[in-house]
Amino acid sequence: MQFHRMIYLVLLMLVLMGLPVSPVSAQGPGPTDDEVNRIAKQLYCPVCESTPLDVCPTEACRQWRDLIRLQLAEGKSEEEIKQYFVTQYGARVLAEPPNRLVSYLVPAVAILLGVLLLARGFQMWMKPAAVEAEPEEVAPVDPYVARLEEELKKQK
Amino acid sequence: MIANIGFGVLTVSFLTTLYSVFAAIYGERTKNPASVESARRAMLLTWPLLTITAGILIYLLVNDHYEVQFVYEVTSRSMPTYLKITAWWGGQSGSLLFWSWLMSVFTSLVTFRKWDRDREFLPWVIVVSGITMAFFLGMNLFFENPFAQLYQTFEGIGPHTFQPANSVLFTPADGQGLNPLLRHPGMVIHPPMLYLGFVSFVIPYAFAIAALITGRTDDRWIRLTRRWTLWAWLFLSFGLVLGGRWAYDVLGWGGYWGWDPVEIAAFMPWLTGTAFLHSVMIQEKRGMLKHWNMLLIILTYDLVIFGTFLTRSGVLSSVHSFAQSAIGPLFFVFIAATLITSVALIIYRWKDLKSETQMTSLLSREALFLLNNLLFMSILVVCFWGVIYPLISELFTGEKVTVGPPFYERATSPLFASLLFLMGVAPLSAWGHSTVKTLGRAMWKPIIGAVIITALVFATYTQKVTALIGFFIIALTILVTVYEYWRGAAARQRSQGENIFTAFWNLTGRNRRRYGGYIIHISMMLMAIGILGIEMFQKETQGTLAAGESLMIDGYEVRYREIASWDNPPAGVNYTRSVVDIYRDGAYLGQLNPRIDYYFDSQQTMTIPGNRSTLKDDLYILLVNWEPATATGATFKIYVNPLVNWLWFGSLLFLVGIVIAAWPEKETEPAAVRVRARAQQPSAAD
Amino acid sequence: MTDSTTVAPRRGVPLWAQIIVWAFLVALLVIVAMGLNRAQQGTVQPGHVIEEFRLPLFSGYEIDGKSEITLEELRGKVVVINFWASWCKPCEQEAAELQQAWEEYEPTGQVVFLGVDYVDTEPEARVYLRKFGITFPNGPDLATRISQYFRIKGVPETYFVDQEGVLQYVQVGPFTSIDQIRAQIDPLLK
Repeated sequence: MQFHRMIYLVLLMLVLMGLPVSPVSAQGPGPTDDEVNRIAKQLYCPVCESTPLDVCPTEACRQWRDLIRLQLAEGKSEEEIKQYFVTQYGARVLAEPPNRLVSYLVPAVAILLGVLLLARGFQMWMKPAAVEAEPEEVAPVDPYVARLEEELKKQK
Repeated sequence: MIANIGFGVLTVSFLTTLYSVFAAIYGERTKNPASVESARRAMLLTWPLLTITAGILIYLLVNDHYEVQFVYEVTSRSMPTYLKITAWWGGQSGSLLFWSWLMSVFTSLVTFRKWDRDREFLPWVIVVSGITMAFFLGMNLFFENPFAQLYQTFEGIGPHTFQPANSVLFTPADGQGLNPLLRHPGMVIHPPMLYLGFVSFVIPYAFAIAALITGRTDDRWIRLTRRWTLWAWLFLSFGLVLGGRWAYDVLGWGGYWGWDPVEIAAFMPWLTGTAFLHSVMIQEKRGMLKHWNMLLIILTYDLVIFGTFLTRSGVLSSVHSFAQSAIGPLFFVFIAATLITSVALIIYRWKDLKSETQMTSLLSREALFLLNNLLFMSILVVCFWGVIYPLISELFTGEKVTVGPPFYERATSPLFASLLFLMGVAPLSAWGHSTVKTLGRAMWKPIIGAVIITALVFATYTQKVTALIGFFIIALTILVTVYEYWRGAAARQRSQGENIFTAFWNLTGRNRRRYGGYIIHISMMLMAIGILGIEMFQKETQGTLAAGESLMIDGYEVRYREIASWDNPPAGVNYTRSVVDIYRDGAYLGQLNPRIDYYFDSQQTMTIPGNRSTLKDDLYILLVNWEPATATGATFKIYVNPLVNWLWFGSLLFLVGIVIAAWPEKETEPAAVRVRARAQQPSAAD
Repeated sequence: MTDSTTVAPRRGVPLWAQIIVWAFLVALLVIVAMGLNRAQQGTVQPGHVIEEFRLPLFSGYEIDGKSEITLEELRGKVVVINFWASWCKPCEQEAAELQQAWEEYEPTGQVVFLGVDYVDTEPEARVYLRKFGITFPNGPDLATRISQYFRIKGVPETYFVDQEGVLQYVQVGPFTSIDQIRAQIDPLLK
C-alpha cells in the first residue's frame, strides 16, 4: 500500500511543474498509454459503474489510470496491479466476479436443466415408432411414462 | 393554470381507464353487453384524453414554462424546438406519460378495428391492457406528476401539484437542459422505438391472458396477434440497434454494446420475444407447444416491465438510469402481481392446453425450432444471471461484484454461434418429416461453398480459429438461405414463366413471413460479420501528440494538425474541435474532427468521435484530453474497428425484412387450420 | 388416428412441479425485493449502534503510533467520521473547516476525527491532505467496506458517533461553516 518515496516525489514534482501527469508515449521510456489502457480495460471504477476504466472520463478514473502507470513504472506485473486494485477497492473493480465457479456454474446448470426438459419433451412427443431415431435419449425411468407409452402402443 | 388543466385531464384519463377495466369485468361476469360496450367506449376515449394531456405537456415544454418542474428539469432556452418536444421522454415522469399514451393508442386500435370479430377476447384484452395502463397513469398521478409546479413557500422552493397555502409560483429564468447525451438524433428516436416495442408486446400478452381466462385455448389468440408481435419485435429490434448506433456515436467507448445492465434489460424481452415469434409458428402449423407459447409471452411482458423497473428503481446504476425515485416498490408489486396471476392462470388452464399432434422427427423443423427456443432461453438465463448476480452477491456475501463483458461474451458466444448455425439449417428442414438424408441432400452445395469461402478468409484475412469457425457458419447460413430463396424463385420462374426478378418479387409476396424471415436471417448474418469483426479484430492505441506528430495504427497514420476551442452562446455549448489528417501508405485520405462538447446548462461534456467508415473498417478517433494552457498537445484514442459497418448495413436490411414479414395482408386461414380450430372448440368450452 | 393425437392424457400440473415453480418464483421475487429494499435505504440512520470497523491509516497520519485504528478503541470519545475523496470538488469546500474544528477539539482529548478516503488513489490523496494541511487520522476505505456499511450516497458525508458508539447525526454534503460542526459535537460532550 505504501509507495516508494522516490516515485511519490517524482509524481509530486510533475504535478508541481504543471505538466500533464500522463506522460506521452513519444516523450520517454515510461509506460505508454497503450500499456496503461490494456490493464485499465479490464478494470471498473466504482464511481462510474458499468463503464470500463480505459474510457471513463471522470476525474477519479483518470487518477486510477495514473496509478496504473505509476505501478507499471515501478515494474509491477499486470496481475500484481489488478491485485492491488482488488485489495484497495474490492472485487467489483474486476470485470468479472472472482468466483468463476459460481458465476458460470449457475447458468450452466440452468441450461442443462433446459436441455433435459427438452429431451423429455421430445420423448413425450415422439411416436413410439420414432424412438429409435434418438439414441442419446435416456430411457424413461418414470413408471408413468412407461405405462403411457404402453397404452399408446395398444391404441394403434 | 395550463399545467393544472393538464393534471385534470390526466386524472380524468386515469379514472376513465379504471372505469373501463371495471365495466369490462362487470359486463363479462353478468353477461351484460351494454356494460362491455361502455367499457370499450371508455377505452376508446382514453386515446383522445391522453393525447390532450400529452399535447399540454408538449405545449409547456415548447413554451419554456419553467415553473413546471418537469419542464425545468429537461429543457432550457438554448434548446431547439424539436429537442424540446423530444424532451417529453427525456425524464422520468414524461416518459411514463409517453408509455401510457402509446398504450392508449394501441389498445384503442385493437378495440376499434376488430371488435365484432373477436367479441369473446376483447373485453379481457381491455381489462389486461387497461390495468397496465392504469398502473402507469397511477404512477404519473400519484408519484411522478409531470405537471407539478414549483412554488415558493416558507420552507423553500419545491414542486407541488396544487398550490400550497401562503405560496407564490416560482418561475426559474432558465431550465437545466436535457442531458447532452440525449440530444443526439439517435437518442431522439431510440427511446420511442424501444417504448413502442415494449408497449406493443403488451397486446399479444393481453390476448394470451384473455385466451386463458375465457378458456379458448386454440391458436386463435396467436393468429390475432401475429402481426402485432412482428411489429412489436420490429420496434424493439430497431430500438436496440439505434441504441447501439447512439452508443457508438456519442458515448466514446469505441463500441456499440457494453453489456450494461440496462442494455441487457432491454435485450431480455427481445430474446423471449424472438423465441416467441418462432415457437408460435409451431403452434400454428402443428398445434403444439401451447403452454410454452403462453409462458413465453408472459415472460416477455414481465421482462418488459422488469426492464422498465430496472432503469427506474435505482436497483442498478448505469449510464441509462433515471434518477432514483419512489416508484421502485410499486413496479415491484406490479411485476409480482402480474407474474403470479399469469402463472396461476396457466397452471389452472394447463390441461386444456394439450398438444394436438406429435413430433415425428428430431430433424423436423419443429424440433429445430425447439432447439432455437432452447438457445434463446439459454442466452436469457445467462443475461438474467449476469444482471441478478451482483445483487445476490451483495446481499449474501456483502461483496459488490461487477459482471462485465468478459462474462457475457464467454458465456453467450457459443450459444450465439449455435443459433447462427441453426439459422442455416432450419429453413432446409421440413415440417413434420426430415431425415439426415434429406437435409444432407439440401446442404452439400452450400457446405462446399462455405468451405471455399472460409479457405479464402484463411488465406487473405485471418488465421484465428474461432474467427474462422464464425466465418464458416456465417457463410454457410447465407449460402443456404440465398440458395433456398433462389431455388424457390427458380421453381416459380419455370412454372409461371416469369423472369427471375418478378419471380423473386412474387415469391416474397406469396409468403411474406417466410421470405421476410429469410431476409432477416441474411441481415442477421451481415450483422454477425460486423460483430465478429469488432469483437475479434479491434485494435486501439492512444497517445499525446504535438502539432505535426503522428500515431500509427494498422496501416493508418493519424497526424495531428490543430485544435480550437470556442463558445456557441445560442446553443449553450463550448466546442473543442481538433483537426487530424489521415494517411495510408503515404496517401492522404482526408481529415477528421474528433471533438469535445461542453454543455453549460447541464455542465456535462460529450466526446464526439471522428469516424472514417468503410466496408473494411472504421477509423474511430476520440479526443481524450488536451492542454488548454499551452494548446500544444492533445491526447487521442484511436480505434480501428474492422467490418463494423456490416452491422449497420445488416440492420437496414433487417428493417426491410421485418417490414416485409409484418406488412398487413388479408387474413386467410388455411382450411386445415380452420377445421382443427373448430374441432378444438368443444373441448375448449368445457 | 384421431384418438391417438392426444399424446398425454389431459392432466394438470403435478403438485411437485407446482411447488418447484412457485418456490422459484418466490425466491426470485424475494431477491429482487431485497435488492430494491437496499437501494431504497438511505444512509445508516441516527440511533444505530455503529459496528466495529478498522481503518488502516496513511503513513504520517497514525494515531498514537498505530498504523491502524478500530472504532472499539475510541469508545468514550466522540468520533467524527468524514468520507471524502481527492477527486471530489465539494469536499474541498469543507476541508479547511474540518481541519479547523479538529484543531479546536484535539486538545480536549474527547473527540477524534477520522477521515475515510473513498475510492481514491494514494498519491492524489496525499496531495489533497497536504494542500489542506490536514492532520487528523486519515486512511483509505479498503475494498469500500466502511462506506458500504454506512451506505453512503456520495462524498462528502460526515457521521457523528457518540461516546457509546451510537450514531447521532449524519451530514450529507459539505459543511458550510465550522459552526455546523460545533453544533453537532458540543451537545455530545455534555
